[in-house]
Amino acid sequence: MNSPAAYLVPASVDEAAGALSRGNATVLAGGTDLMPQANQGVRVFRHTLININRIAELKAVSRSGDWLRIGALVSVTDLLQNSTLRGICPMLAETADHFASDQIRNAATVGGNLCNASPAGDLSPPLLALDASVEMACHRDGRLQRRSLPLDQFFLGPRRTALAENELLTAVQIPLPPPRHYGRFFKLGIRPALDIAIISVALAGVLENRKLNRVRVAFGAVAPTPLRARRAEALLEGRILDEETIRAAAQAAREEVTPITDVRASAWYRSEMVSSMMRRLLHEAAGA
Amino acid sequence: MKPPAREITFTLNGRPRSVEVPLTLSALELLRDVLGLTGTKYACGEGECGACTILVDDRSLCSCLLFAVDLDGRAVTTIEGIAADDASEPLIQAFVNAGAVQCGFCTPGLVVQARHFLAHHANADRAAIKRALEGNLCRCTGYQKIIDAVAERVAALHERGEEKDARSRS
Repeated sequence: MNSPAAYLVPASVDEAAGALSRGNATVLAGGTDLMPQANQGVRVFRHTLININRIAELKAVSRSGDWLRIGALVSVTDLLQNSTLRGICPMLAETADHFASDQIRNAATVGGNLCNASPAGDLSPPLLALDASVEMACHRDGRLQRRSLPLDQFFLGPRRTALAENELLTAVQIPLPPPRHYGRFFKLGIRPALDIAIISVALAGVLENRKLNRVRVAFGAVAPTPLRARRAEALLEGRILDEETIRAAAQAAREEVTPITDVRASAWYRSEMVSSMMRRLLHEAAGA
Repeated sequence: MKPPAREITFTLNGRPRSVEVPLTLSALELLRDVLGLTGTKYACGEGECGACTILVDDRSLCSCLLFAVDLDGRAVTTIEGIAADDASEPLIQAFVNAGAVQCGFCTPGLVVQARHFLAHHANADRAAIKRALEGNLCRCTGYQKIIDAVAERVAALHERGEEKDARSRS
């Protein structure tokens, strides 16, 4: 493992963005991915280690207008325990309950989980299904600028994101779910949590009279990036969740994913599970 | 050449400490190799096993994943701090009574995690205890007796109305 040459602990987003604008930096948040990746040699520290953990703004959860804003340093434990979040997005609490262990949830952050950009990252499918955007900040023309990008444009490949070298991911923004919003997350693994997902799936929409509107279906661990299954969504949109619709959507989802074979499962098994878990979630929605 | 380092000040088991730490040193390495507190165990080194569990600002963390420099300004409790706290004695005794200690390597991490869990969930049922301890591996696989030990503490706290002493002093 190499060592960074310098260490900074910015107190504000402005200060952090200023440090990032000088380039050649590694950002430290929860450390749960950075430390093992550095130990295994798959991550090399850059010149400056920027510890963002003292930036209070990044730990806040707030509601403004039609948006919920989750700071990048909000921990996975916060997703489980924060009553505002639980009330507005119960699916995120359901996801957090299947995320690693208590010790890891206490350290791991929402922003870190997204920036790590693992195809199997647990928070990606539910956040995609909630139409989340990510807010990023940088210094340009001598001042702090922020931009927002829909999460489904954020992931570019395994461990690759649209975050520029001089940018800091500052928050996740979620449009407040409308009345009768329904959201479920399912993670396939051998243990209740702790496992890296074999596959994961999030289903969301407005559920009324056994019909889903504004349907969102998102998968993890079945493609180079977490992804929306848009053809399955289109087949479900506004239709009664009967056997035929459910079967067609599950089949479409299966055709939309491109899983690989690895130590956890074969590509064939992952495809089978995409279809099977899709049917299970849709049957549950039909009966809800 | 000396690796880049930073001076940090933090509270360790109730006492202030200042120490210079290399930037990539883990909290676990700091505790064991620099400060000589070897109760916190190194096992997997990647956050899977919980043998290195410590409390930082009243949250349980895997110290192997934590950068030592990030302890600056924080309050750390290790198994040594918990063992020195009289209020921990009934939990430790419950581990002994239940036969929850085999080779003993996972025990410090489990006691830290269980102590912290009981301080916040004195009414936990067996399922909740299992979930709370799922980040701690026992390679002897003595899980039932470990869960028995924590469940016995929950039952005792209820019978004797000892909820108050479940709280950690830190």
